[in-house]
Amino acid sequence: MRPFAYARPGSLADAFDLLEAGEPGEVRPIVGGTDLIVGLQHGTVRPRTVVDLKHLADLRPGISASDGRLRISAVTPLTDLIADERVRRWFPALVEAAATVGSVQIRNRASLTGNICNASPAFDTGPALLVHDAEIVLAGRAGERRMPVADFVLGPRRTDLRPGELATAVEIPLPAAPLRQKFARLTRRRGVDLATLSLCCAVGPTRTRFAFGAVAPRPFVVDDDSGVLADPSSAARDRDEVLRAMTAQASPITDLRAGADYRQAMLLVQARRALAAAHSQPNGG
Amino acid sequence: MSDRVPIEVTVNGAPRSVEVAVTETLLDALRWDLDLTGSKECCAEGECGACTVLVGDRSVNSCLVLAVEADGMEITTIEGLAGDGGRLSRLQEAFLDAGAVQCGFCIPGMVVSAQALLAENPHPSPAEVREGLAGNLCRCGGYQRIVDAVLHAAEPQPLADAGNGSFTHVFGARTQVKLPLPEGTATPSEASA
Repeated sequence: MRPFAYARPGSLADAFDLLEAGEPGEVRPIVGGTDLIVGLQHGTVRPRTVVDLKHLADLRPGISASDGRLRISAVTPLTDLIADERVRRWFPALVEAAATVGSVQIRNRASLTGNICNASPAFDTGPALLVHDAEIVLAGRAGERRMPVADFVLGPRRTDLRPGELATAVEIPLPAAPLRQKFARLTRRRGVDLATLSLCCAVGPTRTRFAFGAVAPRPFVVDDDSGVLADPSSAARDRDEVLRAMTAQASPITDLRAGADYRQAMLLVQARRALAAAHSQPNGG
Repeated sequence: MSDRVPIEVTVNGAPRSVEVAVTETLLDALRWDLDLTGSKECCAEGECGACTVLVGDRSVNSCLVLAVEADGMEITTIEGLAGDGGRLSRLQEAFLDAGAVQCGFCIPGMVVSAQALLAENPHPSPAEVREGLAGNLCRCGGYQRIVDAVLHAAEPQPLADAGNGSFTHVFGARTQVKLPLPEGTATPSEASA
């Protein structure tokens, strides 16, 4: 690894001081480090200072519910997210997605916020966050702002994090009742593999929402407001027509994991299966 | 020149003070500064699990933790799993009994991951064992016997030790395990056929 300094601030204010002391990009926060340390090893990330956010008195790990929203602190390991009863009840597809990230060892360190901020086009929690209108909380000296995760991730390795800001939490609005939802992911190997494609669907009373991952520069959402996908008795041909139009909005690339044509074809297959699986769930209400 | 920083860690129950480079991983610190070479470096990017150690009761890739981050942590390495006088743990014995060890390089990581799995889920299904060990690669390809070993270690203790264990419970768990016969008698597939 190239030399860098390590700082362990005790409060957000101290962390902001450290951020302001360097040029943007020179100061990198670390939570789980499961992506950052790989970047440090490979020299693809070359910070002057690494700021450890795991010891801030005003940013503790944890998940809380208030004002109709679930808030997941940025320093919460994915393992804790997966185990949380509220997350499991309201956002089971997010649990499924989080449980596919890396391996047990990775999930014991990695955080949801880090997964977002790393901004891989294939980040596993993306589709499940997007279908639920998740927002990221960005804290700066001047206060907090929130923005949809869908907008925050701009493209591969690029986010709308501004100089001097830290992502401190993810918030997900709680729906009136849990939606029927399903996460799906295609990989070459079950463990420790990046997604060839991923998707999540959430079926409401009339709206069915899909979000697709690893088939575009960033995860994106497509809604079906026609009611065709939400209707469990609609004809398979009608559903397929809608799903084809939805999945056609993907723009997959060819890389070492799969060809673009294969990704496009499998996206439809996985979308069909996920929708069927969501419909087979008991209705949340 | 990178900073060197003093850290205090508890390793296998013993407090240790060591100065580490900021650019050093926990794995480096264990191997080079603390002379605990059981944890292996292989991929050095969190894919293979050969460097797996416990932090508290959770498994982590020690190649993906900076040594400075580990300050204050309670760490258990493969060296810390054996009992008094180096007596192997039940899990370690099970790896030997099952013939799970081939070249051996992945085994410390496998055993530590299995230790974490069994601590959380004392009686995992075969699928749960595979999921629990998904972050550990074995290039010899000896996965089946590794899974067998973990299932074997997870069996309820014999009735005398298990206290309230019922016979059916013991029997049911045992039938899932296909331990190979002593060397030279049969292959595992023949033995289970």
